[in-house]
Amino acid sequence: MTDVTVRADDAIPAAEVEDVELYHPKSWVTKYVYCQDAKVIAIQYSLTAMAIGLVALVLSWLMRLQLAFPGSFSFIAPTDYYQFITMHGMIMVIYLLTALFLGGFGNYLIPLMVGARDMVFPYVNMLSYWIYLLAVLVLVASFFAPGGPTGAGWTLYPPQAILSGTPGRDWGIILMLASLILFIIGFTMGGLNYVVTVLQARTRGMTLMRMPLTVWGIFTATVMALLAFPALFAACVMMLFDRLLGTSFFMPSVVELGSYLQYGGGSPILWQHLFWFFGHPEVYIVALPAFGIVSDLISTHARKNIFGYRMMVWAIVAIGALSFVVWAHHMYVSGMDPNFGFFFATTTLIIAVPTAIKVYNWVLTLWRGDIHLTVPMLFALGFIVTFVNGGLTGLFLGNVVVDVPLSATMFVVAHFHMVMGVAPLLVIFGGIYHWYPKITGRMLNDRLGKFHFWITFLGAYAIFFPMHYLGLLGVPRRYYELGEMAFIPPSAATLNIFITAAALTVGAAQLVFFFNLAWSLFRGKLAGSNPWHATTLEWQTPQTPPAHGNWGKELPIVYRWAYDYSVPGAAQDFVPQNQPAATGAAA
Amino acid sequence: MSAILIFLAVIAGIVFWWLSQQRLMAKPWLEEGPTGGFPATAPSSLPAAKIGLGVFLAVVGSLFSLLISAYFMRLSIAQLTRTDTGLLPTPNLLWLNTGVLVLSSVALHWAQVAARRGEMDNVRAGLLLGGVSAFTFLAGQLMVWQQLSAAGYFLASNPANSFFYLITGVHGLHVAGGLVALGRTGAKAWRGIAAVRLRLSVELCAMYWHFLLLVWLILFSLLTGWAGDFVDVCRALLT
Repeated sequence: MTDVTVRADDAIPAAEVEDVELYHPKSWVTKYVYCQDAKVIAIQYSLTAMAIGLVALVLSWLMRLQLAFPGSFSFIAPTDYYQFITMHGMIMVIYLLTALFLGGFGNYLIPLMVGARDMVFPYVNMLSYWIYLLAVLVLVASFFAPGGPTGAGWTLYPPQAILSGTPGRDWGIILMLASLILFIIGFTMGGLNYVVTVLQARTRGMTLMRMPLTVWGIFTATVMALLAFPALFAACVMMLFDRLLGTSFFMPSVVELGSYLQYGGGSPILWQHLFWFFGHPEVYIVALPAFGIVSDLISTHARKNIFGYRMMVWAIVAIGALSFVVWAHHMYVSGMDPNFGFFFATTTLIIAVPTAIKVYNWVLTLWRGDIHLTVPMLFALGFIVTFVNGGLTGLFLGNVVVDVPLSATMFVVAHFHMVMGVAPLLVIFGGIYHWYPKITGRMLNDRLGKFHFWITFLGAYAIFFPMHYLGLLGVPRRYYELGEMAFIPPSAATLNIFITAAALTVGAAQLVFFFNLAWSLFRGKLAGSNPWHATTLEWQTPQTPPAHGNWGKELPIVYRWAYDYSVPGAAQDFVPQNQPAATGAAA
Repeated sequence: MSAILIFLAVIAGIVFWWLSQQRLMAKPWLEEGPTGGFPATAPSSLPAAKIGLGVFLAVVGSLFSLLISAYFMRLSIAQLTRTDTGLLPTPNLLWLNTGVLVLSSVALHWAQVAARRGEMDNVRAGLLLGGVSAFTFLAGQLMVWQQLSAAGYFLASNPANSFFYLITGVHGLHVAGGLVALGRTGAKAWRGIAAVRLRLSVELCAMYWHFLLLVWLILFSLLTGWAGDFVDVCRALLT
């Protein structure tokens, strides 16, 4: 497609826009509140996500208390328990992980890493954050609505999600659906920015194959999210219609208290298809940015170029594409044609191949590297181990015959918390320890960081390893209390107490992290512009923290890929991307 | 889920075609230099807004493909249980509305051509005609809803009706959103901005309109049941 009519005067690539053409904040409000600078928006996104994440953390504490000491707490009724489950899951997956990786890391890192002054549509970017905040507020409002938040489970399966008897049927479910719809609108605005910025605002010399893997991960995840979120959007709108206007998209004929409800002819399975068509890519929407970030952390802190860069890029793209054809492996127990089950089991196992390639490449990057066990590196290593663990149980659950007996047990809870909860969170922590010096100009306290890492890492294993065992025993998930089941030995209750003790400890350790964030802001060691001696562009900004417009008068020019560590014959053990080739050196 | 998978296959085709031009086989660790001398891998010369709109249209396309997928699944259930035909009567007004939307698209295309040539009067006329006919389309759609509900086809009376109202409603909202952008472009045109600077806005509007027209034609053929007939004919030919 060649548009010969495009002239030079109105088709200036965004990267070449003069500094004077940038939006400039005039007052405190436009600088810190209604701000169009991606760096400030990133911090707004991150703080909001972490705040709502803390709520979800407290909810998990309450659930664990109930599971360890069933019936001992008068403030946890069965309905409360279901509301805690639902809100914990939804907040963690969507409002924390998705928002933090794409809205937080994406906003901060994309423009800096590709050498742009800002996102290409700063105003839309600002709007994205404010709609996200509104979505969070609507979600929080459901805690205070009559009847409380919805207790339909985080997958919101109809018909029970909107039938009376499910907690939060009156207001909770409406606010939840409205909040998701808002979130998706807000995300789409942000997502357009991330994609087009990578496409159009790369600085001179920054070819796609010179981009750091962090950008590749976030970019691919955003493309996937843009295509997958409409499924959740359509599903939410349809369920809202069912709940408010009496349509029957998902509602079959239901007899309630002896009389037929007005519903009839709808298909609950339709919801499951739409939900998981979004829900499975969502796993990789969270995982791919984590893959990218962890690659950069490992390369930087092992002072070695990433092993198999091309393969890493191809694997990211392959995982992104494959993740759209595996969704029904979440529906093995919903009843399906065995041929479909076979197809989805096959695709599910195939996706393990590019993922395994990535794991091998991380390990081979570490091989004979000059490994610095800094806090970000510890978190990155913790991620690799955890992701492998979670991935292996995924192979169990990807097979239909193994999945069917395990599907409703704690085994599944253990699996997805390892692979999608703990693993990405370790990367988020690692990323924050890594980039905090650039964002604030100060280092996070190392000792507190190591304390935080070891408690979180070992604690997470103390929580989720025994859970696999509980699952194999047949302990069901989603149950308020176990009661007396012949096949569950009394030791399961003891194990539950142990898990709860670990969960409370890990949760408390996160408070150390938040203390560290606040304390280091004022008292942390001054970082300088490039404390980790990293090669990527964000560490080469003229100011730290980067000023508005990122690069001063002239945009950086990129001369090399992002992983020139320990180059033989180089003066230092790293060569920044924007450093020109030395005269006489091999080209 | 066939519709969305076909849509995604098309998107995947575009993505892989684009990626194939980006030298993914390059060995970046061996290449040093300011650009590597590969101009094809620099950002495209298209304006960012156009690429942004293109990406947005992919998102919208995904949404409509999913709605169509859901509709197909619903139809197959209706055929299994023989509870209803899954179709509504097609009011004649829908034909008129379709014609009006085509007119709107043509008018904006005309405005776009005029903007390239710098003929401001024609740009204004094209924008005005496009806007008015799009408004007419929306009003016509509302009248179709009114006719149907007067004939007893209410939103919640059966799933086929629900899908009809939902899909036409979502499409209408997208047209309404486009009218906001068109209004802002129109305001610029009447303020007397040079045609060169207006051109991008007009082109974006035209692109969006053509896309919504295409979506509408697909939806229209589905909701009237032709697409189903067409599939049946193909199936009969194949077996």
